[in-house]
Amino acid sequence: MDLRVKDRVLEILTNHGQLAREDIGMSSTLESLGIDSVGVVEVIFAIEEEFDINIPYNANETLSKRLDFSNVLSIVELVSELVRDNHKF
Amino acid sequence: MKRVVITGCGTINPLGRNVEETWKSLAEGKDGISKMDIPNIERLSIKNGGQVKIKSILESLPKNFNTNADKVTLLSLIASIEAVNSSGINFEQPLNESSAVILGTAGGGLITQDENFKKVYEQKRNRVHPLTVPRLMHSASASAISIENNITGPTFTVSTACASSNHAIGQAFALIRSGQIVTAVTGGADSMLCFGGLKAWEGLRIMTTDKCRPFCATRDGMIQSEGATVFILEELDHALSRNADIYAELVGYSMNSDAFDIMNPSPKGLVRAMELALTDAKLDPECIGYINAHGTGTYVNDKIESLAINKIFKGKCLKPFVSSTKSMHGHLIGGSGAIELLSCILALKKGILAPTINFEKEDPLCAINLVKNNSVEAKVTNVMSNSFAFGGLNAVLVLRSF
Repeated sequence: MDLRVKDRVLEILTNHGQLAREDIGMSSTLESLGIDSVGVVEVIFAIEEEFDINIPYNANETLSKRLDFSNVLSIVELVSELVRDNHKF
Repeated sequence: MKRVVITGCGTINPLGRNVEETWKSLAEGKDGISKMDIPNIERLSIKNGGQVKIKSILESLPKNFNTNADKVTLLSLIASIEAVNSSGINFEQPLNESSAVILGTAGGGLITQDENFKKVYEQKRNRVHPLTVPRLMHSASASAISIENNITGPTFTVSTACASSNHAIGQAFALIRSGQIVTAVTGGADSMLCFGGLKAWEGLRIMTTDKCRPFCATRDGMIQSEGATVFILEELDHALSRNADIYAELVGYSMNSDAFDIMNPSPKGLVRAMELALTDAKLDPECIGYINAHGTGTYVNDKIESLAINKIFKGKCLKPFVSSTKSMHGHLIGGSGAIELLSCILALKKGILAPTINFEKEDPLCAINLVKNNSVEAKVTNVMSNSFAFGGLNAVLVLRSF
């Protein structure tokens, strides 16, 4: 896990949910943070803009087959991986 | 209250350039979706859509017709010309004064907006075409049809996202029923398949990159398309007095709102929309033989719509057939209710219930009597057409055979 990525993802989640950092654990689900289905799409957009990556998320695939968005840890790991891939030359 | 009948139909859409072609495609379960031809498509994740080719438009317009309008207006005009011709109606004075034009559209002249924003912002041009405003305004198509037919009664456009057509047809129905007007040219159209329009839809994360599979367990989103469908509604005695061919009678209409969420539908709101339409039509649920569902192919819509349909119709001895023809013609957004009404007329007039194509696997959350992959022949007397828009705006129509 990239710690810089973790920090920026947590920042996005706190801003979106108007939460305090200490409200968010690595095992927290987006649902438990009060982020609904439309909120998830907004969070993904914010992450894509922040890291200049594409997350192939489709809201119709409930708990996407391709992407693990089940908790904060899995999101940070996914984003770390995409950022790493994006900077491979 | 006056009775209202449909005496004319016209359409141009991804399944056909007119009503006969479209009915044939609907009956055969044809797939109208293909790879789109639009500039910068390589920058879109969505490549498939239901486009109407410019060639089809030019071939469908009368010779020497002024094509200086947005694509959505050309589509609307083509559909209206077929509808007027098929009805044999003549809007001469004084009928023109008691006739209306009421259309539904969600995006209006979006392609014109997209092209001109590109010119001024991206290409830094300091001049746009002088008729940019009359081309892009939502009411342009309604005006064009009123001018074409010299209709001088109420003319306006309704914009309620994906329910625009049903709201528009409902308004025309209400005006004729009350005696305020005698006939109406009504229906809906949209044409938003341009780079900016598709980018916006892509951002919602609800589009499929493959095929639209409504009510199927493997569904993964909707497909967008374009087109126009227009009807002539007429007060019954007026239609009978001129020996008009009658396609069907419009007997019920409802509109309500969920007051719930900007994207997600509420089961309560959908149930109420269908119940209100049945009450307006003075029909019990058992009387409905076929429902043309909103059925967008998104996880949420199809689950909630099935729940709502089952709430009203489950346990009744006759469970209505249901299909989502969006699987074939795609989602025409503000134009979808109108093309779906054409499917309902096909069911009433020819006893052909159009299928939900691309169906692969049952979803226990969508336990409805779905017409899967192939059309079904059945005699139905009353049918229902659902439209449920973003923002919780619902409109439902009920038709009866005549």
